[in-house]
Amino acid sequence: MKRSNKWLWSAAAVVYAFLYIPLAIVVVYSFNDSRLNAEWAGFTLSWYKALFNNKEMLTAARNSLIIALSASLGATVLGTMAGLAIHRYKLKVLPVLVFTPVAMPEILLGVSLLLFFLQVLNLTLGMISIIIAHTTFCIGFVAIIVRARLQGMDESIFEAARDLGASRWQTFRLVTLPLILPAVIAGALMSFTLSIDDFVITFFTKGVGEPILPIQIYTMIKVAVTPEVNAISTLLMLLTLIMIIIASKLEGSAASDGISRKETG
Amino acid sequence: MALLEIRKVTRRFGSYTAVDNVSISVETGEFFTLLGPSGCGKTTLLRMIAGFDMPDSGQILLDGEDMMGTPPEKRPVHTVFQTYALFPHMTVSDNISFPLKMAGNTPRDIQSRVMEALDNVRLSNFGNRFPHELSGGQKQRVAFARGLVNRPRLLLLDEPLGALDAKLREEMQIELINLQKNVGVTFVFVTHAQNEALALSHRIAVMNQGNVEQVDEPSKIYGFPRNRFVADFIGKISMINALVVETTPSHLKLDIAELGEVTTISKEGIKVGDKGVMAIRPEQVRISHPSDEVVLKNHFLGTVHDLLYVGDVTTYIVELANGAHIKALLPNSAPGRAKFFEVGDRVGVSWRQDAGIFLND
Amino acid sequence: MIKGNLKRDKENRIAKFLVSGPPLLFLIVFFAAPSLIMILTSFRFPGEFGGLAPLVSPAGAAPGEFGLTPEAYQFFFSNVLYAEIFLKSFGVAAATTLICLIMAYPLALLIARSEKRFRNLMVLLVVLPFASNFLIRIYAWMIILGPESGFSHAVNAVLGAFGMGPVTLLFSPFAVMVGMVYVHLPFMVLPLYTNLEKHDSSLLDAALDLGASAWQRFWLITWPLSLPGVFSGAALVFIPVLGMFAVPDILGGTGDILIGNLIKDQFLGTRDWPFGSALSIMLTLAVLSVAGLATWFARSAIGSVHKV
Repeated sequence: MKRSNKWLWSAAAVVYAFLYIPLAIVVVYSFNDSRLNAEWAGFTLSWYKALFNNKEMLTAARNSLIIALSASLGATVLGTMAGLAIHRYKLKVLPVLVFTPVAMPEILLGVSLLLFFLQVLNLTLGMISIIIAHTTFCIGFVAIIVRARLQGMDESIFEAARDLGASRWQTFRLVTLPLILPAVIAGALMSFTLSIDDFVITFFTKGVGEPILPIQIYTMIKVAVTPEVNAISTLLMLLTLIMIIIASKLEGSAASDGISRKETG
Repeated sequence: MALLEIRKVTRRFGSYTAVDNVSISVETGEFFTLLGPSGCGKTTLLRMIAGFDMPDSGQILLDGEDMMGTPPEKRPVHTVFQTYALFPHMTVSDNISFPLKMAGNTPRDIQSRVMEALDNVRLSNFGNRFPHELSGGQKQRVAFARGLVNRPRLLLLDEPLGALDAKLREEMQIELINLQKNVGVTFVFVTHAQNEALALSHRIAVMNQGNVEQVDEPSKIYGFPRNRFVADFIGKISMINALVVETTPSHLKLDIAELGEVTTISKEGIKVGDKGVMAIRPEQVRISHPSDEVVLKNHFLGTVHDLLYVGDVTTYIVELANGAHIKALLPNSAPGRAKFFEVGDRVGVSWRQDAGIFLND
Repeated sequence: MIKGNLKRDKENRIAKFLVSGPPLLFLIVFFAAPSLIMILTSFRFPGEFGGLAPLVSPAGAAPGEFGLTPEAYQFFFSNVLYAEIFLKSFGVAAATTLICLIMAYPLALLIARSEKRFRNLMVLLVVLPFASNFLIRIYAWMIILGPESGFSHAVNAVLGAFGMGPVTLLFSPFAVMVGMVYVHLPFMVLPLYTNLEKHDSSLLDAALDLGASAWQRFWLITWPLSLPGVFSGAALVFIPVLGMFAVPDILGGTGDILIGNLIKDQFLGTRDWPFGSALSIMLTLAVLSVAGLATWFARSAIGSVHKV
């Protein structure tokens, strides 16, 4: 047992190193006083300064934030409804529509939405089309999280509420919603992260007018790599790290409430 | 007028009939039990009384009023669930005050009644705890308190003791009887445990495959099972194939192949030539040395085939001359004595004429 | 009596409609309809300057390429180049899946066998880099594999000692594979861990007790029981890799084109929408068959496990 554990530990250490070294390098080079991502030339904050003076980058960040907030709001409301509906009723069509966009390659959703926006809606691509596209693929993630929580709960809790005199709406407001709230918030945070990070679908549904963060980063990587990319990358990592800490705190507190466990004694 | 009247209720799930034309009435103040193996339809029936499910045909009347179309929240009926179904995000007090709030009681009234309810189940100091901070028995008592706090006309209990261990279960049984006596609410109790049903109930309805087999007091159910299912499901019983050869108002004479005649008490609707079984409870069978004087008319010789020692009593399985087995129960009344007979011993078995019953096919 | 039942049924239907209606409507409009549009588009003629030719010939126009046509599909099957790209994409997806499995299995096993209080943290450490921006994770490898990086110098020094090289690491099939594995690794670890965590450790004790060696315990017990996790992890890696265009686009050279890049070019490069749609349909079919196969394998693996 001991020896096999040692072997597992070394294999795992290699994998963890593989996961973290690249990101560490990006962070380190964001403070490197050199235009080249090759050698350490001393500490500087100039790339961050350049970033905050880059008007287009700031607009892109603002646009991405607006998109992520709108899309995660829409996806959270619709995804929670979908998760509840799929858990409670025997539905055939809705689960397929909800879960397929999560499972298939993003490029397919991007392409079909591009064709749809241009041909049917005659929509000028821009913020609206991106928000719709992001909402579409985030609904599934929220629904999965909400449904998983519902599946972990004792169904008779909801019957007990009705039995004790609560109407459908009272049952939802006083029992169902408080119990699934951690899942709803986790779903919202996940949607926000997915939306602000998404490149592929944004790439297909973007317009020409407004700069969007992932597209901006893509252009910088493809066209002219400057250490400003390292700086924006580091900031984005910090943002997602904060989101994840909040999400796991929520999960943790939910678990310690004993809500996620079935109340069977 | 009965408090609860179930009239010819049928419920089907696809081609499967869960409840088949069942009629039962429950009186006010009664502790009524639906007893049967899993899948017999008892829980389906309970869910229809609560309003979670609807009969395909038939009526459910409460105080003479048809409950059809009345949603669960509008019925003066509460349920105690097998899993307790306490709201995990609410304290014990909030759980208990839930039905009062839904009914629109004033905050002052709610507070005093919650205190009283907590007191009733001996949990006065637990009001601010959350369900996950309670033991199984405490959760159980909160569920009772919540179900009873606004005095429903009827409390439905769906195997509420099923999740408890054996010892706690026995304690809760006694508590449950006292609780029902104190609050005076009518209970409809669902269980598959026959000893629980016998211990708690005023009346029992034995159910099997969607049908009610017998409705009676516990002692009648045990002593005079109406058919082979009830006899077999409740307690232990020996059954030997028999044929009716004589009927009188007071007794039946049965012929048992290769053994001879036995006498049992009479039963309505039985005529000469009916086939069936002679059924007898182990504790009613006397086991003796073959040389002992014969005092009872129903007396046969046999061989001890097997025995089972469980401490207080030993059950002997005696093989009779025709190959039939009959069980006899003997208390181990002498200290340190595990058994009075060995496997292979020749013994006599006998029973009173009013002990055996005839169950036709 | 029946009236009451009808009323309850009606209420149930209204509640069901209120909950499932909005997401259903949204997804019909923004997922089902676009998918159908894509199918339709694959059967149309391309427009003269990109986009599409009209479905119906405009009044007074000379007869030409209007209406529906299987031309895009014919074009796909007439050129062996496209079949090769599909084959290559499957190869890259299979290789990525296999490498991810080899890297993820020991890690998932270690997490599953660690003390309970460490498990969540160890899983979080796997997911954490995955939560950083997708492009940044690819970009990080541009730095590492770049010609002036320490890693490149080291590799070429080693190769040089054996009289080989020098090689360019960036913009190569190797860089594409590294990027693919890096981006998809967590998708393999999570389902494997979820499966391995549920294993009853007394099974291994029983096997040890019955005289199985460490290797036998793994090969005869842990591995067959983990097959459902392996298959769901494989599907979660294989399917997105199949449609990936950003990794080859950023880390690959001009020759490293996969299905995704081909599709992207039809919409944002050459602007041949019908052909791009047809390629997307072919990709969808490939994904569906892979998903179906994985489900079937996972099911039969579970079946054989239950039989044991």
